[in-house]
Amino acid sequence: MNKAFWKRKEPLNDTQLLMTITIVIFFVMYILAMILFGGGFLHVQQVFDMLNDNASLIIVTCGLTIVMIGGGIDISVGAVTSLVVMSCVLYLNKGGNIFVAVLLAVGIGLAFGLVHGFLVSYLEIQPFIVTLAGMFFARGMTTILSVNPQKVSHVAFNTFREKRIVIPWLGYTANNGNKIPARMELGVVIALACVILVWMLLKYVRLGRNFYAMGGNQQSALMLGINVKRTRFLSYILSGLLSGIAGFVFMMHTGAGNSTNAAGMEMNAIASAIIGGTLLTGGVGNVIGSFFGTMILTTIKKIVVASGLNDPWWQSITTGGMLCFFILLQSIVLGKRAKKRKT
Amino acid sequence: MKKRKLSFSGFGQLTIPLIAIALLVIFNLIRDPGFFKIAISHNSNGNAVLSGNIITIINGASELAILAMGMTLVTAACGGQDISVGAAAAIAGSVFVKVLKGASQINIGTVILAFLCSCVVAMLFGSFNGTLVAVFKIQPMIATLILFTCGRSIAYWINGGATPTVSSPIITSIGGFIPGIPVPTPVIIVIVMAVLFRLLFRFSALGLFTQSVGINGSAARLNGINATFIKLLSFIILGICVSVSACIGVSRLGLINHETLLIDIEMDTILAVAIGGNSLGGGKFKLSGSIIGAYVIQMLTITLYAMKVSSTDVKAYKAIVIVLLVVIGSPVIKERFGKMIRHLTSSRKEGPAKGAQE
Amino acid sequence: MQEEYLLTMRHIEKRFPGVLALNGVDFSLRKGEIHALMGENGAGKSTLIKVLTGVYQMDGGEIRVDGEKIAIKSPQDAQNKGISTVYQEITLCPNLTVSENMFIGRCGAWVKRRDLEKKADEILTRLGIPARSTQLLGSCSLAVQQMVAIARAVDMNCKVLILDEPTSSLDDKEVKRLFGLMRDLKAQGVGIIFVTHFLDQVYEVSDRITVLRNGELVGEYLTEDLPQVQLVSKMIGKELEELGSLGETEDIMFGDKPVFYEAKGISSNEALPFDFSIRKGEVNGFTGLLGSGRSESVRAIFGADKVTGGEVTVNGEPVKIDRPIDAMRHGIGYLSEDRKRDGIIAELSVRENIILALQVMNGMFRPINRNESEAFADEYIKVLNIKTASMETPVGSLSGGNQQKVILARWLLTHPDYLILDEPTRGIDVGTKLEIQKLVLKLAEEGVSVTFISSEVEEMLRTCSRLIVMRDRHVVGELTGKDLNQTKVMKTIAGGEA
Repeated sequence: MNKAFWKRKEPLNDTQLLMTITIVIFFVMYILAMILFGGGFLHVQQVFDMLNDNASLIIVTCGLTIVMIGGGIDISVGAVTSLVVMSCVLYLNKGGNIFVAVLLAVGIGLAFGLVHGFLVSYLEIQPFIVTLAGMFFARGMTTILSVNPQKVSHVAFNTFREKRIVIPWLGYTANNGNKIPARMELGVVIALACVILVWMLLKYVRLGRNFYAMGGNQQSALMLGINVKRTRFLSYILSGLLSGIAGFVFMMHTGAGNSTNAAGMEMNAIASAIIGGTLLTGGVGNVIGSFFGTMILTTIKKIVVASGLNDPWWQSITTGGMLCFFILLQSIVLGKRAKKRKT
Repeated sequence: MKKRKLSFSGFGQLTIPLIAIALLVIFNLIRDPGFFKIAISHNSNGNAVLSGNIITIINGASELAILAMGMTLVTAACGGQDISVGAAAAIAGSVFVKVLKGASQINIGTVILAFLCSCVVAMLFGSFNGTLVAVFKIQPMIATLILFTCGRSIAYWINGGATPTVSSPIITSIGGFIPGIPVPTPVIIVIVMAVLFRLLFRFSALGLFTQSVGINGSAARLNGINATFIKLLSFIILGICVSVSACIGVSRLGLINHETLLIDIEMDTILAVAIGGNSLGGGKFKLSGSIIGAYVIQMLTITLYAMKVSSTDVKAYKAIVIVLLVVIGSPVIKERFGKMIRHLTSSRKEGPAKGAQE
Repeated sequence: MQEEYLLTMRHIEKRFPGVLALNGVDFSLRKGEIHALMGENGAGKSTLIKVLTGVYQMDGGEIRVDGEKIAIKSPQDAQNKGISTVYQEITLCPNLTVSENMFIGRCGAWVKRRDLEKKADEILTRLGIPARSTQLLGSCSLAVQQMVAIARAVDMNCKVLILDEPTSSLDDKEVKRLFGLMRDLKAQGVGIIFVTHFLDQVYEVSDRITVLRNGELVGEYLTEDLPQVQLVSKMIGKELEELGSLGETEDIMFGDKPVFYEAKGISSNEALPFDFSIRKGEVNGFTGLLGSGRSESVRAIFGADKVTGGEVTVNGEPVKIDRPIDAMRHGIGYLSEDRKRDGIIAELSVRENIILALQVMNGMFRPINRNESEAFADEYIKVLNIKTASMETPVGSLSGGNQQKVILARWLLTHPDYLILDEPTRGIDVGTKLEIQKLVLKLAEEGVSVTFISSEVEEMLRTCSRLIVMRDRHVVGELTGKDLNQTKVMKTIAGGEA
């Protein structure tokens, strides 16, 4: 066998294929939006705005992607984010320290991850039920902390929160001739860092590959000498941790806590992950895909608004339609592949 | 020995929910000995009706119990859950009200017509979910995420953005009491639904087929079972349940609010199925377990309300009880517990064990 | 003397609720030997293996590796102690690449992809395994996947390699290659425990044989000292004369019997077009190597895969069979090759499993009531001698042979005119095999047509009066009468070149 044979490029695997589809569709959608609606879509700021609004969703989706690759599900992520926001806001308003607030956010997230992970992996309880209970608990705790919306009055935090990364050369000139630079919130940097770190974890760290192995075939993973229980435990801990970070980023974005914070975020995160090519069955998925999944969902919303359909129900109907499109597309693509592989 | 084992395996699944109910009852009795007092009072129409906490619990759990029956079937056949029942109920309720509004007057005929229309619509949405699951082999939770996302918006569109009200003695009696009958109508409807399901399983092989499909779809297909049809059917039956509970929900208030009708009920429904001891991975199921599960959840909620916990905070306490329940029911704990018992009674069991091996 | 033992297991005990699965079993393995572990289903082979690999915890006894007493807590622990296993079912992850499968669970915290791939390619080339390290495992054939599993074990410097039914999904060529690999490893001093149902393979490759029966040790023998006949009688605990009572099939002429089923050019998306017919009361068979298309062909007859063409007549009437239910309505039953995947409904009771097919034929709205179904179950449990605690026992907890009987009962209950049995005797013990063969002949006497498929040619020769030979998904020959002998069959399968 010659060397070229070994060097031959492998065909895309399922994960890569689904991710590629998502990325291509995102760009096609965005370019179409630029052509059809022009205006805001032509400015880089539009992309930055999408990132600014969704930084916490992106982080949450990263965590959820890890759990889903491992063959589990975590529907508590939105509620945990909300609880973190409320706790941190109350803490800061009592004159707390920003650094401790970060620790608090991470700590709450980790605590949820710890309990979920323990119940799912060591007591073998169905993840859906465990994280459902976690979701109820977090939502309930949020309202117990405060039913009324709370605005952060911590001066240092608010100055920190207002910090923007300004990139003048990516800005645009407004109608009145003023130069408006592009602005990005600090949360976006954290979100992008999370995406990159999780991506590296999944690709280059043994633990990351173990998630794939476990999601692909749990029995096999066990036989291959992977400590499946610990691996699963860690996947929930990571998800909890990222929810905690997301909570802090959420607070940096809104500057206030509300019991309905991040309502429905878990389902948005699941939708993003699915659009990004992560399968609920486990073993297939990628965090870069999830990132683009989030961006696709946001772009749809922006397009709906740009088309002048201001009713919020248009957004959810188009989101539903888009989800349906992606789910069917993936099902057909994977089905065709499986058939091809067989022959 | 043999007899003991048989009764144990038949009963085992219901042990935990029944214990949960018993504990809740005892807890409430200790807390407030009059908690379960049932009285006959007169409602605004002057009818003699039953009242009391226990009636509130049984009445309040009606929608949940009906949905849990349908969800059990979907879970068993497809190994996944429908998370769009709340959204679908909003649509079904809107259709119900829309038809009633369109009719010149509300009488028994138009109410039945409206119910049938909402039923058909709910079954259509059910078959949409069912098609995605059965034909396109998409995981139920993901397939139903679509309707979950946009269902309430569709309801909003049907209602034209408003929250239309219907007022008629017929509607009031569906959501409350039929004159002359002291039992709340929703409770009667639950009983009727349960009997219908019982008859369905008695006079058809649906139970066997559903379990076969859920446990081993490939083998079921090779034995001539149309697995696609069975899965689709389970979603359509769930659709009927959705429409029934939507109509109850609408009738209780006399209005349809697409935002709040049966809000978050999907999670409670799935919980009811799980508390009833059914595996969320599909396969063997017990309908009675899910129904009991629904009452456990409702009883818990009402108990918390009675303890002056506000409706928004209830979730946190509920979560703790749920975790306790599932931990007790978890295979690992069961095994540990079983080992302990076996250890205690090992001397007695040694003999038969050796016999069985031969 | 003590030193040469690589592994010794003494008085191993393992109990499950109600059953003593291993009762003081001894087993020892020397350096550089291939040791076959033999026994019927339920003899305790798998349990012993699972104790050794840490899947189960033993309830009594001791295990020594290199003379040192050890406790094996988990599969991972077993691997670390030099005990590697390649299971019957492929236990790798199809969604990872070949190299990942070889190194996962034992590489450093940081995955150095390139290095691992290079290393994997070296090993694959050295062992002559036709796979690329970067290839997705799921895209390899089953045989290659199995070899990758062995390559993994080899690279882990295992002292003890356990091969649990490694050959059941391999064809002859692949088996040869596997045996070559085993001999290489043996030369390197690895001790190999070889579990298989194929007696010929045991004699071809093993040095020593340990026989288990009913969870107890029967004995350890040198392979050359134990003739095949004796091995069989030790495994089933009976003398062979009792088994030999199955008479040779006479050459019955079926020419005058009416044709029951006939297909012209039938094809499915798995099977190429072929012609086929069977007469009433005839037993015929499809033979050929694994992957030759024999299973796919009978699946096409039953409508198990998507039928894409062909004309079918049953009893002379043209019919359309597209789905299993169509076939069943025309009196055809099909016992599938993969009993776990396509046969049993594991969590349902024996009773429910037995009535399933009849219930399907009755239709959804004519349920068989409890009393009736109990009567049916009772009858067939007796007729087929199914060993079960009760008819309400979940079928998944029965042994393989008894599960197979339950599925047979399921089809017999529908009173089929034509029964297709695809590998009904695979992975089940010798006694049950004979019972099934006898049953097939009895059915044929009663006028039922039977198509029988088995990997063991000898078994087919005993039962079938006509053999259809397949190669590379084509029918290449049909043997009847005098041609029905081992050599002729082998020649036809091999296509003359061999």
